[in-house]
Amino acid sequence: MIPAAFDYYRPKDMEAVLSILVEHGDDARVMAGGHSLIPMMKLRMADVPHLIDLQDVPDLSDIVVSADSIKIGAMVTQAELIDNAELTKAAPILREAALQIADPQVRYMGTIGGNVANGDPGNDMPGLMQCLDATFHLVGPDGTRDVAARDFYEAAYMTDREDDEVLTGVTIPTPQGGYAYEKQKRKIGDYATAAAAVQIVKDGDTCTFASVAMTNLSDTPIYSADAVEALVGTTVDDAAIKAAIAAMLEDIDPSEDNRGPIAFKNHVAGVILRRTIERAWSRA
Amino acid sequence: MSDKMHIKLNVNGKNEEFLAEPRELLIYTLRERLNITGPHIGCETSHCGACTVTINGKSVKSCTMFVAQADGAEVTTIEGIGGPDDLHPLQEAFKEHHGLQCGYCTPGMITRAKKLLEENPMPTEEEIRFGMAGNICRCTGYQNIVKSIQAAATEMASAKEAAE
Repeated sequence: MIPAAFDYYRPKDMEAVLSILVEHGDDARVMAGGHSLIPMMKLRMADVPHLIDLQDVPDLSDIVVSADSIKIGAMVTQAELIDNAELTKAAPILREAALQIADPQVRYMGTIGGNVANGDPGNDMPGLMQCLDATFHLVGPDGTRDVAARDFYEAAYMTDREDDEVLTGVTIPTPQGGYAYEKQKRKIGDYATAAAAVQIVKDGDTCTFASVAMTNLSDTPIYSADAVEALVGTTVDDAAIKAAIAAMLEDIDPSEDNRGPIAFKNHVAGVILRRTIERAWSRA
Repeated sequence: MSDKMHIKLNVNGKNEEFLAEPRELLIYTLRERLNITGPHIGCETSHCGACTVTINGKSVKSCTMFVAQADGAEVTTIEGIGGPDDLHPLQEAFKEHHGLQCGYCTPGMITRAKKLLEENPMPTEEEIRFGMAGNICRCTGYQNIVKSIQAAATEMASAKEAAE
């Protein structure tokens, strides 16, 4: 498999990245770990005449854990997320989700920035970022701007990011309470048939806060406000979980593919969300 | 065709310099340009791990890296791990415990296993299976691969103890 020819750039700073993007418009793409983009280029499903490798751009690989928020640079790899003890203490759901992405070789290369910016509904981090109410940081020729993860995804591979902008990192409020990321997949390395991310807070026996998001069940990741509403104020008993699942099923819109027909995906989504809620609640 | 790039690599301790199109995949650089044919092409789609090499301390599928990305990097292939006259304990163990049948996946398996044992010198069976999940074998059913890695880990630990 030989991709189409391209010009390769490895700029030393973001200013140089942006000037190449401005010059070449949508003929240019930035690349982090390349483990989504390179396969697409090999299949000639992505045509990238000007490829900008971000590996030498400084200040994109930091993980900063503060009292009430966590900032993760776009070039932080899944392996680095998994190995960072301070991060795991503050937001264990990140490690739990990252361990379910692809396989070890891919996790050494794949980055959180690439995973969230690519807009592939099969990627796990976009759904997780819905659950965690992340903010994405973008830089472009006109300066920087922030976008809520819940406003970022428009359709498969279509996001709020402009062609001349680069996603530089994500910030999440420090997650509270119990957590779980559950993923049903056909084999190791596969994308999810269905996956769910849940954070949940317990006060006495009552749920006082919840967040619910689903992966690969629509052409964007899905944050389910109605599922959250079905849980908050309850004791997360069977009736509440059933109500949350019913609400979530109204919000997703799976399509039939080689992972199964729509009815199967809805079924798996329900099973996975139940497991996720129960495990998160048991940790709350 | 895009312009060729001047590429420098250090492969198995040897400096290499050449001109290449940036789109050249690293596995082809190794096999066809440098005649380092230990890393194999299995699926060429980032799934099977037969092309696994170590790049700057990371296990990487070399079918999913452009040579341009690797410019300036240190690359280790199975040839840099051990050869017929100086088998690495992993190679000894794969031989001893029948960790292979056809052998096609073995260079990638051993290259990945070496990195796994550097990070986790005495992994459990579960940790081995999880840590080797990026490498596919269609012959062995994996049981003997797991046994081989366990045996190598034990051997390497006792060699280390003896040296101390």
